[in-house]
Amino acid sequence: MKMIYLPAVAATLASIIGAPAAAEPIIWGFQAEQLEYRFMDGEDAFVWDFDALAGSDELRFVWRSEGEIGESSGDFEGLENQLRLQMPISTFFDSVVGIQASTPDGAPDRYNAVFGVKGLAPQWFEIDADLYVSDHPFFRFEAEYEALLTNRLILTPSIEMNMPLKDDAARNQAAGGPTFEIGARISYDLIDRAVSPYIGVNYERAFGGTSDMLRAAGEDKDAFSIVVGTRIMF
Amino acid sequence: MKPIPLLKTAVLAAALALSGGMTLAGTYNVSVDRIRIDAGEFKKTGIGYNGSQSPTVLRFKEGEQVTINVKNNLRESTSIHWHGLIVPFRQDGVPGISFNGIKPGTTFTYQFPIKQAGTYWFHSHTGFQEPDGAFGAIVIEPKGGETVRVQRDYVVQLTDKHPHNGSRVFRNLKMSADYYNRAQRTLEDLVRDSREDGFKQALQNRAMWGKMRMMPTDIEDVQGFAPLINGMGTQQNWTGIFKPSEKVRLRLINSSAMTYFDVRIPGLKMTVVQADGNDVKPVAVDELRISVAETYDVILQPREAKAYGIIAESMGRTAMVRGSLSPTQGYAGLVPRMRPQPLLTMADMGGMMDGMDMGGMDMGGMDHSAMTMSSQSSTMPEDMDHSKMDMSGDMEGMDHSKMDMSGDTKAVDHSKMDISGDTKAVDHSKMDMSGDTKAVDHSKMDMSGSAKAVDHSKMDMSRSMKGMDHSKMDMSGGMAGMNHSARDSKIGEFYAPGSGLIPSAANGGKFLSYNDLKAARPLYRDRPATRTIELRLTGNMERYIWSINGVKMDDAAPIRLKYGERVRFKFINETMMSHPMHLHGMWSILDTGKGKWDPIKHTVSIAPGTTVYTETEVDATGQWAFHCHLSYHAEAGMFRKVIVEGGPA
Repeated sequence: MKMIYLPAVAATLASIIGAPAAAEPIIWGFQAEQLEYRFMDGEDAFVWDFDALAGSDELRFVWRSEGEIGESSGDFEGLENQLRLQMPISTFFDSVVGIQASTPDGAPDRYNAVFGVKGLAPQWFEIDADLYVSDHPFFRFEAEYEALLTNRLILTPSIEMNMPLKDDAARNQAAGGPTFEIGARISYDLIDRAVSPYIGVNYERAFGGTSDMLRAAGEDKDAFSIVVGTRIMF
Repeated sequence: MKPIPLLKTAVLAAALALSGGMTLAGTYNVSVDRIRIDAGEFKKTGIGYNGSQSPTVLRFKEGEQVTINVKNNLRESTSIHWHGLIVPFRQDGVPGISFNGIKPGTTFTYQFPIKQAGTYWFHSHTGFQEPDGAFGAIVIEPKGGETVRVQRDYVVQLTDKHPHNGSRVFRNLKMSADYYNRAQRTLEDLVRDSREDGFKQALQNRAMWGKMRMMPTDIEDVQGFAPLINGMGTQQNWTGIFKPSEKVRLRLINSSAMTYFDVRIPGLKMTVVQADGNDVKPVAVDELRISVAETYDVILQPREAKAYGIIAESMGRTAMVRGSLSPTQGYAGLVPRMRPQPLLTMADMGGMMDGMDMGGMDMGGMDHSAMTMSSQSSTMPEDMDHSKMDMSGDMEGMDHSKMDMSGDTKAVDHSKMDISGDTKAVDHSKMDMSGDTKAVDHSKMDMSGSAKAVDHSKMDMSRSMKGMDHSKMDMSGGMAGMNHSARDSKIGEFYAPGSGLIPSAANGGKFLSYNDLKAARPLYRDRPATRTIELRLTGNMERYIWSINGVKMDDAAPIRLKYGERVRFKFINETMMSHPMHLHGMWSILDTGKGKWDPIKHTVSIAPGTTVYTETEVDATGQWAFHCHLSYHAEAGMFRKVIVEGGPA
């Protein structure tokens, strides 16, 4: 499957390098949807989720990083870095191809190829749907909606689903046992759209086999947290 | 008479005697500098000419041979394009098309003959230097002296200075196309709409826009700027001095990066005598809309010894600036409140609805022709309100085709018009609203009965309008068959019928339309065009990509024209934004149906959902730029190179 994408990527790269002197400027930016402190039962955590990007209309390179650090232990409960290439496939959607490294503390590392789509669905839902392919494949779906309470006060409900496609006992993942994370954050655009502090709630819960494996491992199947953080875009 | 600080070092050189007569020649010096802009509350670094935020005014004479030394004091390359001036193409000042630009620390000398008269302007064509402040004005005196005698003559140059520099604005737009749109629909609007139209209707309206992933507030995609007149904000209050009963000429120039302005001077009529440097038959108006890069010269005659405000409101009503005409400095009139923000309608969506499901909609049989509202202008009410008009009963065969609303109808509001009953056929197609019909609003027209809610502002494209036939609705050309608004009104002509952008004067008076412009002297013999070139104005708002015929500048082949031909350009605006299209090097004759009296312009605004024709006599060999003059649209790809082949080199 990788082979199908590579020629397209190479062609796009060539077109960028070979572009005339009057080419449009390269676009770069940084966007953190989550940069927050989570207050929860047990150990509080610091969590981030950001994209750093550079490229053109035709091809964007994205470094996506997500992580969670336990407040007292300092351990990376979750740590995931992806290098992604995004290419438009329709007016509102990009295709995504990339590699992912998931290297939290206390669990074996996992490396995946990523294939997905990212874009804006009707009614302004921002969608990410990615298939992570390796010996431990899984599917991830993320959706977010920005509801304007005012032009600066914004309520952002979000949902994320991770669906393991194969058992991964070392990580307490059971095939067909999804983990859901839902959140709602109220942000205020303090400085343009560059800095938007927020407060909100977040709830995670595992279902099915994954839930059973967590219980067997003596871990909670769900976690509720109050979050305080800021969105950043520049 | 020294309206604004003039070019510091402008020198009119001695006239040179040449064989066969006298030729005027002048040498001018312009420096390009990094400057500090201080517009009262707004302070920012930027780029200015001759070290000043007040625009430099170059004053030429028709027939003069000018030499302009441009010294680049920036640390980057620059350029100057003489907007609207007909010059040899190597003097046009567009890097990559007509020359190589002006390197830092160097001086470039432009030399060209002045073959025209009127008001023009100049600006950098490099990067985002123009949004950053690199613009000035050009005033050219006609050979035989000004045709209109005035006692005062002022340049009034408008701009939209943004706190972010141009490259940052562009990057932010690319990151998030609505980055600068702070006039979006909010929960509060939803609550208000629900109260007015019912929750279901309000939600359906939202859903319709949401389905397209568009916003009815996408009128100004860069908000948050400081509007300035001659480099001054409202508090600094640029003032032109006059004595009562003197005639004053204002040379309005819109040098904004992105902002259309609606300009008025409360208490005074403005007589438009020139558009884009070319004289037009005088037309008295109360207000006019000046697109980005356009110029309008207006004549005023203030009778009273008081301060008159020059009010410029942005088209999207997110910003306003006030200057003054006053008997002395320091007088200032009141600053009026900004009018409410307009909203785009489905009519403005034009070709964007191509992919939408139009099945189930059937308005073909609607005929209002029998509805006769003829009236003398004197008896026509100032505010025609149909709000309680009840047409209950059986209205089979209702025909509005002869509906005549001539006269001085100030505002026709059909907002709550209720056509209950069994409305079988409603046809507004030939509805004639000639006369001074200022604003026809059918936005909330309700035809209850068997035609369930004919609501054109919130027209639901998703099958909610059972029994209505839009089969003649022309999506690409701007809904030809659906004429429920000011089709024949003079203002409506250059806006889609039912557009949310149709302007109206603040005092209810006359608002200038392109249709009012009539060339004072035709520049060209009128002849049929040799061919038509279709230019669809296209874009992807979500990605902030702007294009022509779906192709960005980077990927596009040049437009090739032949010297000596007369080309007709067909602009079809398929986007939801207005685009001021500017052709370098040659004139654009705007087709208003007046033949040889059609106005001659350098910049023609194409409103969303409309089709506009211009013609060009191809009389200038070389390579030229042709682009939308909204800076970030041009940069994002709505730009073409034009190559004129043949003719004298």
